Amino acid sequence: MSENMTDQSRRSFIKKAATGSAIATIAPGVVLYNVAQASRDPGEAVTDKVRWGMLIDANKCADGCTDCVTACHEENGVHQLGRPATDAQWIRKVTLRDKQTGKEYGIPMLCQHCEHPPCVDVCPTGASFKRADGIVLVDKHICIGCRYCMMACPYKARSFIHEDVTDQRDHAPRGKGTVESCTFCVHKVDAGEGTTACVEACTHNALIFGDLNDPDSEVSRELNNYPSRQLRADLRLNQGVRYRNI
Amino acid sequence: MKTFLTHLLIAGLLLTGGAAIATDVADISLLKYPEPAGEKCVEPAEKMRREHMDLIQHQRDETMHNGVRGITAKHSLKGCIDCHVGYDDQDKAVSINAEGQFCQSCHNYAAVSIDCFSCHRTTPDGENPMRKSAMTNPHQ
Amino acid sequence: MKPITYTQIEGKSTGYWALLGVLGAMILAGFSASMYMEHHGHHVTGMTNQIVWGMPHIFAVYLIVAASGALNVASIASVFSKKAYKPLAPLSALLSLALLAGGLAVLVLDLGRPDRLIIAMTELNLKSIFAWNQLLYNGFFVIVGIYVWMMLEKKMNKYTRIAGTAAFIWRLILTTGTGSIFGFLVARQAYDAAILAPMFIIMSFSAGLAIYILVLMAAYKWTGRELGDSVLRRLKNLLSVFVSAVLYFVLAYHLTNLYAAEHHSVEAFILLGSNGGGQYSAVFWWLQILLGSVVPLAILFTSLSKQRLMIGIASALVIIGGLAQMYVIIIGGQAFPLEVFPGMEVISSGFMDGVPAAYSASFPEIVLGFGMGFGVALIMVVIGVTVLRFLPQSLADEVVDPHYVAESAEAAA
Repeated sequence: MSENMTDQSRRSFIKKAATGSAIATIAPGVVLYNVAQASRDPGEAVTDKVRWGMLIDANKCADGCTDCVTACHEENGVHQLGRPATDAQWIRKVTLRDKQTGKEYGIPMLCQHCEHPPCVDVCPTGASFKRADGIVLVDKHICIGCRYCMMACPYKARSFIHEDVTDQRDHAPRGKGTVESCTFCVHKVDAGEGTTACVEACTHNALIFGDLNDPDSEVSRELNNYPSRQLRADLRLNQGVRYRNI
Repeated sequence: MKTFLTHLLIAGLLLTGGAAIATDVADISLLKYPEPAGEKCVEPAEKMRREHMDLIQHQRDETMHNGVRGITAKHSLKGCIDCHVGYDDQDKAVSINAEGQFCQSCHNYAAVSIDCFSCHRTTPDGENPMRKSAMTNPHQ
Repeated sequence: MKPITYTQIEGKSTGYWALLGVLGAMILAGFSASMYMEHHGHHVTGMTNQIVWGMPHIFAVYLIVAASGALNVASIASVFSKKAYKPLAPLSALLSLALLAGGLAVLVLDLGRPDRLIIAMTELNLKSIFAWNQLLYNGFFVIVGIYVWMMLEKKMNKYTRIAGTAAFIWRLILTTGTGSIFGFLVARQAYDAAILAPMFIIMSFSAGLAIYILVLMAAYKWTGRELGDSVLRRLKNLLSVFVSAVLYFVLAYHLTNLYAAEHHSVEAFILLGSNGGGQYSAVFWWLQILLGSVVPLAILFTSLSKQRLMIGIASALVIIGGLAQMYVIIIGGQAFPLEVFPGMEVISSGFMDGVPAAYSASFPEIVLGFGMGFGVALIMVVIGVTVLRFLPQSLADEVVDPHYVAESAEAAA
């Protein structure tokens, strides 16, 4: 409970800081860029002026650390039932080895928020959709649970809810028989926080979240200055999530 | 397309006990459910009784697809719950779709099933802002 | 050729009611299985977040594919004007409607939210091949329904050819759509192939015909009506051609994949059972190829097929082979790990990346797929032939074989 309170107060602090000025410095070296988001009036629809994205640095992602996974599932009320084959996973840690050199990498895998998402193309009802600002979501109100999106996703980012769910978070409704995945913490984005639970939780600064359309955002500057990679770039999906040093 | 579903719901409502509500609104006062915490609803009660599903559904699409949330989401389901949720003897929030609670009592009366809570939580998440104001409300 | 008389079956015998009882029980069991799955959620099945489509989809897709194939007999009569097939056409159309209904019932009952079926109808994302398929399935019911009407109503007989042609074109598009459900999945190594659409069409030919032969034989045996050798000879010859054609497509599919280094591992997984694909290669070689293709071909191409029982056995084996093929395509294709990180080896993952997904079909899934699917399909046929005149009074050689008549006419002259 007390942990929850701290979390809440910290969140409201960030919110205040973010709305107070367009760019807020909350700690030396940690800067919140909220230019585009702050310009959205309350009650106004999201637009494609912003495209949310993430850069993940494999070199910085620490061996054995799963803080981002814990934080995500805590934030979104994704409870594990000890059944890995059917439990929902919005983000997961994967350790890879280069077949030739033997070099090992650890990276978190999450919904890649593609510009051309295969899950959206195949969804029969349009429940799987991409918001104007690039966030790929499932509208659970019209999801019929056909699981075709899971067949289509190249990244295994989607989970089907296999059993009854209770104690959901109010910003992350979840229910048996529908499909879900990472939302880029859309409730935080909409609140103007400009960050996600996994990014906030990463103490190794391996994750950077921001607006890819804003050339001055940290994520854009990092992507411009150093090489990065898209997973399965051959599919030409133009993902919102990029990886460095793999 | 979406209105089709609504019409279906309304048709169901009229076919079952709904006719009674339409003719004799006083009947609804016989239903027992906890008092709302706020001073007044976001819309007149009469309008809410007849149109709450449309209002909520419109809000749902606004929020889901356009990211309209928080204070600007006037007809949010979360807002309904914060205000209308009941509390038990231990001061613990009771699910709003439990028997005798706000949503359930009327939907049960009208014989209309609710799909909201197959995904949405049925109690306020964390501290309830409406509860706080209700407790400090001198009229309470 | 004598004029063909179509009559209803009597439907009063104990055997008839027993058959209805068995089929009814199958449907009830299938429905209970689906209720059980819906109540507890899909975690009581063998399906997981890796194998998202399980046993119900194998039966559902097989039945939907077979549905369009079952219409072939009617198309041969109406579109390609083969007189010998004309008396067989009404049953062919009925069977195709019934099989489609059975397949769709399974598909719908396996949804996470079958209660939202109406949303599936009202909210259509037209970029989705699934959404197209819904239109194609519904259209199929309408068009084949009209086709049946044209065939059964004497006054409308002159439109049979037009309706039959429309139905034939529609069923080709429909199976293209079904094959494309898999063919359009760019991310998966076992799918993402244009050949899947034509392969599904040819699979439909063999599946639909095998079921048609069994239904025809059963209907005529159980009602004591005459079924001549000439009809069965034509049908079994046709079946042998279709089964061979499926084998050809399977060969072409695997050869294409084997040529590309990118696909070597998925081919080794399915064909050799390496990297944990053992159960799929076993099903592929033993059930799909040997039992479901080679053995029936051996029966159909030799004098063994002079015996009706052997034709029946061959048809049943083709059905088993077809279901096995669906298993390999649907389950095997999902079990092969997604290539998310090409060139990399996955050391560990919180979500089973890089390792083949385990799947063992659960009892409720099989009951739903088999019971609901075949139950609905067959009960529709049984009721259909009882209430409407789908079956010719006789399919004896002198009634249906144009050459038989020609010979006797020559003799008379």
